[in-house]
Amino acid sequence: MTNWFEKILPSFLKKDQKKKSSIPLGLWKNCNSCNSILYVPELEANSFVCTKCDHHIRIGARTRLEMFLDPENKEEISSNKSGYDWLKFKDTKRYKTRLSEAETTSGEKEAIVVIKGSLLKLPVVAAAFEFRFMGGSMGSMVGQKFVEAVEYSLKNRLPFICFSTSGGARMQESLVSLYQMARTSAFIEKMSKAKLPYISVMIDPIYGGVAASIAMLGDINIAEPKALVGFTGPRVIEQTLNVSLPEGFQKSEFLLEHGAIDMIIHRKELRPTIHRLLTKFEYS
Amino acid sequence: MEDYLEFEKSIAALEKKIIDLESSEKFSEDKISSEVDKLNDSVVKLTKKIYSNLSPWQCVQVARHPLRPHFLDYVEKICDDFDELHGDRHFGDDRALLGGVASIDGINCVLIGHEKGRTTEEKIYHNFGMSQPEGYRKAGRLMKLAEKFNLPIVSLVDTPGAYPGIDSEERGQSEAIARNLSLMSSLEVPILVNIVGEGGSGGALAIAVGDHISMMEFATYSVASPEACASIVWRDSSKAELAAEAMQLNSNNILKLKLIDEVLEEPLGGAHRSPDQAALILKRSILKNLDKLQSYSSDDLLERRYKRLSGFGAI
Ligand SMILES: [Zn+2]
Repeated sequence: MTNWFEKILPSFLKKDQKKKSSIPLGLWKNCNSCNSILYVPELEANSFVCTKCDHHIRIGARTRLEMFLDPENKEEISSNKSGYDWLKFKDTKRYKTRLSEAETTSGEKEAIVVIKGSLLKLPVVAAAFEFRFMGGSMGSMVGQKFVEAVEYSLKNRLPFICFSTSGGARMQESLVSLYQMARTSAFIEKMSKAKLPYISVMIDPIYGGVAASIAMLGDINIAEPKALVGFTGPRVIEQTLNVSLPEGFQKSEFLLEHGAIDMIIHRKELRPTIHRLLTKFEYS
Repeated sequence: MEDYLEFEKSIAALEKKIIDLESSEKFSEDKISSEVDKLNDSVVKLTKKIYSNLSPWQCVQVARHPLRPHFLDYVEKICDDFDELHGDRHFGDDRALLGGVASIDGINCVLIGHEKGRTTEEKIYHNFGMSQPEGYRKAGRLMKLAEKFNLPIVSLVDTPGAYPGIDSEERGQSEAIARNLSLMSSLEVPILVNIVGEGGSGGALAIAVGDHISMMEFATYSVASPEACASIVWRDSSKAELAAEAMQLNSNNILKLKLIDEVLEEPLGGAHRSPDQAALILKRSILKNLDKLQSYSSDDLLERRYKRLSGFGAI
């Protein structure tokens, strides 16, 4: 199998790979920002942040939560079901086919994972969107799992942290998806009324329905560096208005400058920062 | 004639015949009037036939019809009085999303809604019904005002979507929409929503969370415009008709999914053919449902709203 790796790898390494066939190709990854070839164990030790250019490489939901929560006492708490095909939706493929393909690609049943655990010993509930599952799009099951996470937080009076990365509402469930924005926002409001902290962490990229609900409603809104977050995608704005977009448009730094987020935090600093904030809040 | 839609061509032909006949001097008056009566009957029958079976894409055409009544038409036709209130108190006064304090048949309320405009000038002035963050924030402010002074909220939705602009993004379009969603889930006064035209995406939902959601028969409501859905899913915006079909964005399909509570039957041939009658239908529905919603205590109202919201898409 020839893949990107073979094409870009320096020739001496290729030979090396062939000789030592025991080293799996998966041990190397290229940074999609600076194109450096990075050694995965080293990358992992660096929270999947490029050791050369500091680019925050996209990671899966489960890896994200593994990294964020303490290693002990973790438990997945929301239902483990796939999306529901309300409309028997079919575009170039059936929605059902897309769902099962997404499951294969991502190893998850849906585009969000919810785990209860602790953050530096502080009990928390944390959720993360899985971008590899249909672009992290929010359908009914994503809404439901988010709501279950909030309900667990409410019941146990725990803070809730959500790492969002999503293309928006899921087209294939049409209005049912759109309504998930209202459904999830209502439950964030419930947390707010109960005076429990909800922390939103924005991960590259977030657009549409998830930006305009879950992502923007944090008591604290945090973004990773250079994450793209907005309501309308840059291509659509460019095409609709026939303009070119300013440098850095919709990036975390742009959001900070325009007052949309509280802070930009390096991935390696997320744990101590969120812990520090939460321990100052009185909520239990 | 340009106001006829593609699928109304046969109606247009019949109506042209009537006009020709009426101005004809070849026949006796009696003969003409009996022929005109017959033709009028055929027009009614044909219109009924066509409109009883509109495809989702045809509904999109009707919902976007240039003569379809808009927010300000309804205000004029259903309100005893309406005092428009302006501005979000932070940045500006959005002209795509309007609101104010109104009286409808003696019932006081806060009335908000999208206005698309009809003439080219108006359309530009109202930004084609596409609100910027200031619009949602103004709506949010007015809804809080309603809560403070115990007025029910009536919301009329008619927008292609939130405005896709650089400045909208700079001023927090996503936050403005999200804020209204959380606000509307917890306001302690009844919220009555009617999708009167296009219910386009988050821009529509931002004023469409409520205790009773009705939809005009030929209105549409969907996660994205058919064009946007087509370009996202099919990667080809010319597949809009297919997208409209797949998203099932017409009122009867949405009612079947239990995402709305009621479909308001439109006058024969759509609201644009009889705006007065459409307004009357809307007004009756508003009065009936406000009466019902005002019988709930605010606690019951909120509990009921949360239950509804958590039930949408529950599996
Ligand atoms: Zn790099």
